[in-house]
Amino acid sequence: MNLLLPAPLLIPLLCATLSLLGRRAVGVQRFLAVAGCSLNLVVSACLLYVVDNDGIQVMQSGSWPAPFGISLVVDRLSAIMLVLSGLMGAAVAVFSLAAMDRHRPKFGFYFFYHTLLMGVNGSFLTGDLFNLYVWFEVMLMSSFALMSLGSERAQLEGGIKYVALNVLSTAFFLAALGVLYGMTGTLNMAHLATIVRSAGNQGMLTTVSLLFMVAFGIKSAAFPLFFWLPASYHTPPTPVSAIFAGLLTKVGVYALIRLFTLVFVTDAAFTHLILLVGAGLTMLTGVLGAAAQTEMRRILSFHIVSQVGYMIMGLGLLTPLALAGSVFYIVHHVIVKTNLFLVAGVIAFRTGTNELIALGGFVRTMPWLALFFLIPAMSLAGLPPLSGFFAKLMLIVASFREFSWVVAITALVVGFLTLYSMTKIWNEVFWKPMPPASGEAMAKVPWSVRDRVCLFGPIMALALCTVLIGICAEPLFGLSERAAGQLLNPDEYIRAVLAGAVRP
Amino acid sequence: MTEVFLSLVIGVLYAAGLYLMMCRNIAKFIIGLGLIGHGANLLIFTAAGLSTQRAPIVPEGVTIPVVPIVDPLPQALILTAIVIGFGLTAFVLVLFLSAHEVEGTDDLEKMRSTDQ
Repeated sequence: MNLLLPAPLLIPLLCATLSLLGRRAVGVQRFLAVAGCSLNLVVSACLLYVVDNDGIQVMQSGSWPAPFGISLVVDRLSAIMLVLSGLMGAAVAVFSLAAMDRHRPKFGFYFFYHTLLMGVNGSFLTGDLFNLYVWFEVMLMSSFALMSLGSERAQLEGGIKYVALNVLSTAFFLAALGVLYGMTGTLNMAHLATIVRSAGNQGMLTTVSLLFMVAFGIKSAAFPLFFWLPASYHTPPTPVSAIFAGLLTKVGVYALIRLFTLVFVTDAAFTHLILLVGAGLTMLTGVLGAAAQTEMRRILSFHIVSQVGYMIMGLGLLTPLALAGSVFYIVHHVIVKTNLFLVAGVIAFRTGTNELIALGGFVRTMPWLALFFLIPAMSLAGLPPLSGFFAKLMLIVASFREFSWVVAITALVVGFLTLYSMTKIWNEVFWKPMPPASGEAMAKVPWSVRDRVCLFGPIMALALCTVLIGICAEPLFGLSERAAGQLLNPDEYIRAVLAGAVRP
Repeated sequence: MTEVFLSLVIGVLYAAGLYLMMCRNIAKFIIGLGLIGHGANLLIFTAAGLSTQRAPIVPEGVTIPVVPIVDPLPQALILTAIVIGFGLTAFVLVLFLSAHEVEGTDDLEKMRSTDQ
């Protein structure tokens, strides 16, 4: 049995347990966070290497044969997502050493941080639909706790909006799951994929697929159910919103990609058209919402919405290049978006605010920070030679090849508007002279060497990833293409999971 | 017949739950949440097929159960969902209570400082 497979679950579980036991020892918790998350990253990278070379890895938990037990399955997409979750986990853990106050760890910040990563990794690993629901809940409960930990007024208010819509989406997920089980009698995704191809009631199947689409659409903040995200992501402390921004909506996108390439492909002309239209509207509303904002993290939150549109766009087109574009885009987006939130965190650390009007002059006071803002910001807008350029290029070329002019032009326009938002932040936060009030605030806050290392280390590492992906796009491009190939030919997945299965 | 009746019950639970959730009052929101949770559980129960067959217990001396038996999985799923729903409701209750204390209002419409 491959021990590498459950490791991304077991490492966070162990770290979470130890963090809970050492509740008062903040130093131990901090060490555990960095060490555990780094180990997780290494394990995930090994897993990606193994999966890319030796094909899909499967573990039947408890050695129960496939459709009966819970299967853990890692294909290229899952492995890529696991590496991203490991990378973000490690980067934000280092960042939190300086950016997180000393009170929240005593009330379980690191415990929930590990369980959040466990839920995220579990969602990427599982090959069973009900198990996916359970991991979603693990992730959601941890995120609820992280969102409201500290009980500041804005946090509670944002928390209510976040909790309300996410709980509703899990209720939809559960209902859809029940109906699907009633129709097919199985919850194993590979087994489902074989059954739905010959299912009698195709109309009902499409209806259920729409219910899943709504449930995951809320999770991934797609149009029209995105408004919980910009109402809540700017309220918790920066490490929390950075890890949320990087990973949580992407779990929803991952679930959409998984189900709508593996299971619900029988009526693709209808379901994937809805996804495509939704993607276009998601891009547009997100970017327009961002244009109206005057707080750094709120602008960035709205841009998460618009970027999710690009990822779903590739799924909606369902061609090899488009799907590869989606995978590439997810990798690019997770790195860049977390990085931008971390930059916002450094600014909040120095001045105590993220309001554009109260900030300014950072290009003179912190020129390095300005540079490390510029790299992810320009990448987000899609300027060459950074990672976002190639991600957008793949998707737009794919949509032109499918003659989807409208969505291609929408994607281009949204790219320009993204540039507008980024230049707005640049002008307000970095370029204009600093208001005297925030200059005084900055002088008061201590700025030790340890803070600098912990805050700038992850930002530099992630910016380096962005530049590297941009300059040498070929390896990641090849990997995304192979991942997309695997998604579009589900036979390999089905065979790997159901190998040696007992036919019921 | 039972299916029709249960389907109606599920419909009523969903309708009442969604109505309460849109009432803007945080206490009603939590009740609505509970109703929708129950609706979803009943939906799994009904959709998976109601039958009056034997319980899925393997008799002594045999290794596989004697068919026809009732599918035990829906109950297991519902049990898991109930436990999760219980934890969720407890958390939401505490969150809303502390929000109510901080905000001084139970009207969701008035909590909009993080919007715009």
